[in-house]
Order: sequence, then structure tokens, then C-alpha cells
Amino acid sequence: MSAHALVLEHDRTHARGEVSPHASSGHGTGGPAPRRIVVGYGFWIFLLSDVIMFSSFFAAYAVLFKNTAGGPSAHELFDLRNTAAETGCLLASSFACGMASLAVGQRSQKWTQLALLITGLLGLAFIVLEVREFAGFVAQGAGPSRSAFLSSFFTLVGCHGAHVSAGLLWLGTMMAQFFAKGFRQDIRYRFLCFSLFWHALDIIWVAIFSLVYLVGTLPPELLP
Amino acid sequence: MSEKFEHDAGSYVGVDRVPGQPGAEEGTLRREVRGYLLGLALAVALTAASFWAVGTHEIYRPGAAVALLVLAVAQIGIHLIFFLHITTAPDNANNILALAFGVLIVCLVVFGSLWVMIHLNHNMVPMDQLMQMQR
Repeated sequence: MSAHALVLEHDRTHARGEVSPHASSGHGTGGPAPRRIVVGYGFWIFLLSDVIMFSSFFAAYAVLFKNTAGGPSAHELFDLRNTAAETGCLLASSFACGMASLAVGQRSQKWTQLALLITGLLGLAFIVLEVREFAGFVAQGAGPSRSAFLSSFFTLVGCHGAHVSAGLLWLGTMMAQFFAKGFRQDIRYRFLCFSLFWHALDIIWVAIFSLVYLVGTLPPELLP
Repeated sequence: MSEKFEHDAGSYVGVDRVPGQPGAEEGTLRREVRGYLLGLALAVALTAASFWAVGTHEIYRPGAAVALLVLAVAQIGIHLIFFLHITTAPDNANNILALAFGVLIVCLVVFGSLWVMIHLNHNMVPMDQLMQMQR
């Protein structure tokens, strides 16, 4: 093949949005998909199964929402300032995680560690706010054993908090691995999975703060 | 699969890079940062709108819950596009299909449970009558 033909071939594949004539097309041709796609897809399946688990907790909460057994209702209990602070922490943390993935793309140890540190500190702030909120509820006698509504609330929101806590441990190991082993390919794939996990947790939180906290604080007569 | 065309796992917006040449294309990083900033701005705006919708009387009040649901779905869409980079590119077709299936199951679980349980609640004998019957 002449040099001119090679250039033409390159232009054509580039125009189709492909990396090379040997890369997979996504339509069952062109050989196996790159590992980045396969790893991301596998982890995406796991995340979707996690989302389905959360959906059953959401369903239980929605069904039991009015069963307060004479105890405090969502309208009386929730403090939206705390929810807003938690939301801000988690959204900023998700953004910092995105910056970390760009820093990994640039192979910059300094920026990667800094962005991951910010991600972790904001995640930690979220957990602290949530634990304080839960402790406050329990102190007012609104613990998980008070009513069916509170059982389902603590299960749903607590399960998300447990995911964030596990994510913080994972984040710590990612920082240590980048620091000790550098930007090795297998570690970058682990980080790809971590960033997907962290962003997905933010998506779950969007559903929680909108449908649990904000809808819960609407006056009861506005709810179906 | 030759190692040469292995994609970069760290940065997955826009153009795929050949390893060892970080930021080979000038302006790629800037475009990626701009993408994240745009996503952040949209997410913040929609979140603020959600918190505003709770207290305002600008929205027809009985519709407030529906407004919150719609805003939540919009925010989830923003997160999927700008942070998780779910796109319509051919290499994302499997992700989209899995997502569509996940959304189907989530809707079945949530709305199915509500539908069944509201009807059960409706048909149930009130608790005080039930207690009298057991006596």
C-alpha cells in the first residue's frame, strides 16, 4: 500500500469515528472490543444490578411512607438545609472525581492525588453530615424501630451511606496504588471502575434527595 | 488486539489516546474540562431548581411532587451524559441497551409495588374493625 493510500485509509476510519481499521465497530465486526470498553461494560452491569436493588428499597419506602405508627412523619423530621449541604458535598465530590480521571489521562501524579484527596474529603464530609443527621433522629426517638416509615427510610438512606463508605475505602486504595505503582494499565482500569461507581452513587443520591427528602417535606395534603 | 490501539482508561471523553502520549492532541484536555464544568453547572442549576420547587408558589402546588420527579430524571440524565459518558457512539450501544433494561426493571419494581400495595391497602379492613373481629 502506498503512503497515499495509507493516509486515505486513516482518514476514512477517522471519519467513521474509529481508532484504527482493526478496532471493533460496535456492530459485531472488526474483532473484539478494546478492553476499556469490556471492563466498563462489565462494571456497568454490576452498577445496574445495584440500582435495581436500590429500586426495591425505594419501592418499600414509597409503600410504607405513610405508616408512621403515630411517630414523626417525614414532614416533621427532615431538615432541608442538611440535605442541601449533603447534596453539595456529593455533587462536588463527583466533579472532583471527574477531574481526577482527567489527571490520570494526563499521567500527572500530583493532580491525580490532589483531585482524589478532594473527592475523598468531600465524600467524608457527606458521611459525617449523614451520621449526624441519623444520630439526631435517634436522639429524638425517631430511630429505625419507631415505625415502618422510619425502618424503610433508614434502610434506603443507610444503604446508600454504606455504599459511600465502601467507596471511600476503595478511593484510599486507589490513591495508594497510583502512588506506589504509578499509572499501570490494570490500575487505570480499576480507577475507571471506581469513577463509574462514584458517579453512580451520586445518581442514587439525586433520587434520594429529590424523592425522599424534598417530596417528603411537601405539606402532606399535596401528596397523593 | 494489538497493544498499540489499547484505549486509555483514565480519560474517556472525546478522542481516545494512544498510551504514552498524554494529551497528544492539543486542546483535548481543555475540551474535557469544559465538558465536566458544563455538566456541573447544569447539575447545580437543576438541583437549585429542585430545592426551589419545594417552597415556591409559582408552581401549581399539587403538581410540585411531579415537578420534583421530572427534575430528578433530568439530573440523572445530566449525570449519565456528562459524568458517566453514556453516549450514542457505537461502542456504547451495549451500555445503552443494559441501561434501558435496568430502567425497565426499576419501573416495574417501583410502580408495580405501589400499584399492588395501594389496592391492597384500599381493600383492607380498617385496623379497629379487624381487632373487633378477632375478639
